[in-house]
Amino acid sequence: MANVRPKVDAVIVGLGWCGSLMAEELTRAGLNVVAIERGPWFETSTDFPPSVDTDELRWDTRRSMLLPPAIETTTFRNNRSQTALPTRDWSLNELGYNVGGSGTHWAGMAWRFLPFDFEPYSYTLKRYGKQQLTDGLIVQDWGVTYDDLEPFYDRFEKIAGVSGKAGVLNGKQVEGGNIFEGSRKNEFPLPPLATTRLTDLFTEGSKKLGLHPFMVPAGQASQAYTNPLGVRMGPCTYCGYCLYYGCGNFSKSSPNACVIPALMQRSNFTVLTDSAVLRATLAEDGKTATGVTYLDRNRKEWHQPADIVIFSAFQMQNVRLLLLSKIGKPYDPASRSGVVGRAYSFQTVSGANLFFEDEQLNQYIGAGALSVQVDDYNGDNFDHRGKGFIGGAGILVVARGARPIGNADAVPPGTPRWGSDWKKAYTHAFQNGTFIFNQGTSFSHDECYLDLDPEYKDANGDPLIRVTFDYNENDRRMARFTEDKAVEIGKAMGAKIVNGFDSAATNYGPYLPASDHTIGGAVMGTDPKTSVLNRYQQSWDVHNVFVLGASSFPNNAGYNPTSTIAALSLWTAKAIIEQYLSKRGPLVEVSA
Amino acid sequence: MQRREFLSSALALAAASTLPAARAEVVSGGQPWEPGQANLPALPAPRQGGLAYFTQAEFDTAGALADRLIPADELSIGGKEAGCATFIDRQLAGDYGRGATLYRLGRFVKGTPEQGTQSPLTPAERWRKGLVAIDAYCQKTFSKTFVQLDGAQQDELLRGMESGKLELGSEVETRELFEQILANVREGFFADPIYGGNKDMASWKMIGFPGARYDFRDVIGKKGQKLTIIPTSLIDNTL
Ligand SMILES: Cc1cc2nc3c(=O)[nH]c(=O)nc-3n(C[C@H](O)[C@H](O)[C@H](O)COP(=O)(O)OP(=O)(O)OC[C@H]3O[C@@H](n4cnc5c(N)ncnc54)[C@H](O)[C@@H]3O)c2cc1C
Ligand code: SF4
Repeated sequence: MANVRPKVDAVIVGLGWCGSLMAEELTRAGLNVVAIERGPWFETSTDFPPSVDTDELRWDTRRSMLLPPAIETTTFRNNRSQTALPTRDWSLNELGYNVGGSGTHWAGMAWRFLPFDFEPYSYTLKRYGKQQLTDGLIVQDWGVTYDDLEPFYDRFEKIAGVSGKAGVLNGKQVEGGNIFEGSRKNEFPLPPLATTRLTDLFTEGSKKLGLHPFMVPAGQASQAYTNPLGVRMGPCTYCGYCLYYGCGNFSKSSPNACVIPALMQRSNFTVLTDSAVLRATLAEDGKTATGVTYLDRNRKEWHQPADIVIFSAFQMQNVRLLLLSKIGKPYDPASRSGVVGRAYSFQTVSGANLFFEDEQLNQYIGAGALSVQVDDYNGDNFDHRGKGFIGGAGILVVARGARPIGNADAVPPGTPRWGSDWKKAYTHAFQNGTFIFNQGTSFSHDECYLDLDPEYKDANGDPLIRVTFDYNENDRRMARFTEDKAVEIGKAMGAKIVNGFDSAATNYGPYLPASDHTIGGAVMGTDPKTSVLNRYQQSWDVHNVFVLGASSFPNNAGYNPTSTIAALSLWTAKAIIEQYLSKRGPLVEVSA
Repeated sequence: MQRREFLSSALALAAASTLPAARAEVVSGGQPWEPGQANLPALPAPRQGGLAYFTQAEFDTAGALADRLIPADELSIGGKEAGCATFIDRQLAGDYGRGATLYRLGRFVKGTPEQGTQSPLTPAERWRKGLVAIDAYCQKTFSKTFVQLDGAQQDELLRGMESGKLELGSEVETRELFEQILANVREGFFADPIYGGNKDMASWKMIGFPGARYDFRDVIGKKGQKLTIIPTSLIDNTL
């Protein structure tokens, strides 16, 4: 290997939210940082101004901003007895592939997790006892609590310009927000987004049932805003070209709009684009990493030496890089030993499709996170005694901008999918059809895990990740329970047709409708036997490797993940700057 | 992995113009930006005779299919007049048609329904083989081509393909073919007219979709009201 770049203090693999927030902290602390990003540079004014962005076929149907499966995909099977096969076409695995990562095209729902979500084991034991846990379920505390992360959530909300309303401020409930949220020190930096006919219907309907609706915290600026890095954002225009699209107004919270402009002004920061990291290189004793090996655009191999290696390449990629770099012991489901790839899970989804008689919902107006939710059945916000499961779901409606190609199958059940009857039904449904979405918790199971596929490879000849996954009994019971709640709300909203759905009622499959929030596989925790990372997201085995992203989550909350991965990144950055730089060793000692 | 397979996929990627363009590779000291550049969608230039991928016969069959899936009625013009076949022809000539983004390495083995398509065919190949199979079936059953059948016969055939009751032979998976035809026809009807279909924004007028508009702050407060917004498309009228 002939090509070696100058050594740096830290190399960051992947420049999405995690990578860019880490880069911002480390460069501000004076470190020399290189970020290596597999995808290209994306620039608002050339890549997604309003005259380029408003193209459903290109950005949504053809997924032009996502990682093409041709470059890398995963193989999949429902259980160990099957042979995994590659997911060849666009699927739920929607990975980012540009500077900004998935943060460029995400929907922007900007949640804090509940205190329960970080300590599900302790909470469950205390409130219900061990008998509440179904067989084989993986339930463990994260080693970090909501209170630890509160200041970092706050910082992220300010950087991203999140629009919302507090529900619990310094321990006191506040009118209009989510009364179930963990206590916050500060209000959101921006007020909530505008409401629509759809959010009004949900608010009224759920209130009739005694529930507590609130506007979802949104990564869309409700007003003009300047963030703490000095970057300005414009007000969201509710264009609806949001989820799967960039934002041409500098209104959507994204690394591109909120962090990278500030970062690029720093002389101690460099990005290598179109360059894919293959693995970290380890010192001879295997206790530290010496840097990373990557391929540039012309497939030339390079080495980037660094004192600190940060994997922030998204959950799946992080696990794959650990396995390819031989960091940590791979999980073996037969003996239930090893940790890398263990505790993989997903997001359990149910809900209801609704069709009104004569509404004018105008759902093409909207934004990725223009949404109202109830949390009465999320986390541990309700009594689970006698229910046989833990967890729950956030139950929401979202005016995210209905689009004609994507909505074409959203017609009442029994309608033909083509011909004049379909045209008539679709024309009516475009104004009258919508859905309630239950974004549920997920706990992993001993039999659900990631490893390297024995047969299928990427274009570089490295093995793909093999996903072995299906829903478990806990999550199936939760989905059934919350599906019924969605149906009740749909009826209270006055919909003429209310049809429940439950993704967990059948086998999991990457092409079946659910969410794209995969988690785990390189989880943080308190015990190296059941976690890959300590509470600072530092590898237990190789102390100068830190891993950022939803791969750290031992369980998924009934929310979208990004504010939590962002808060954890900022928490880890602080630990690196204040502790690791002077210690250069494990930040948590393992008692023998 | 077969060396040849790998090479052809790398070439497909290199040729794939709608995949993000490679630009500056080492970026520091400010944001790279190219004046006057915009990342516009790739639109393949039509070949002589006006078609980019289809033969005339294939084009006619695609039009006939589009007209059954989206018939002309009191709501809108039909799929054929809307330009769905033109749209599909151009799509199949580009990255989409050649399956540039699909994972096409390794063995192709039939799996479980959850594992999804394991077909080695690209969308362009599936259309070509599919249209041959459809016409072969029509010749065998009616001694006519698909285009020559009457509407009721055409619908019957499509319903058979959709439900899986009808098998078009071993060259194509009938259900996958039907789903692709339906998806592409709908795309042609609903995508921006810049791609060759959705003539005069007919589909957007039908469902009341305003098209390429980017600012609704003035109307978001008109909750539950019928908004008659004249749609607009990405076609650059200044050119
Ligand atoms: C369609 C969609 C909608 C979403 N909506 C929401 C939402 O509303 N709310 C929410 O909280 N979350 C949402 N998410 C999830 C959210 O986008 C992700 O959680 C978040 O962006 C992940 O950030 P990250 O930094 O961990 O990874 P990413 O943003 O994926 O960044 C990782 C980067 O690493 C690069 N990379 C990968 N491998 C390599 C390699 N080997 N070498 C070099 N670079 C590499 C990738 O190209 C990528 O740019 C959504 C996701 C999708 C796909
Ligand atoms: S809805 Fe708002 S944030 Fe989303 S792309 Fe449009 S203007 Fe940007």
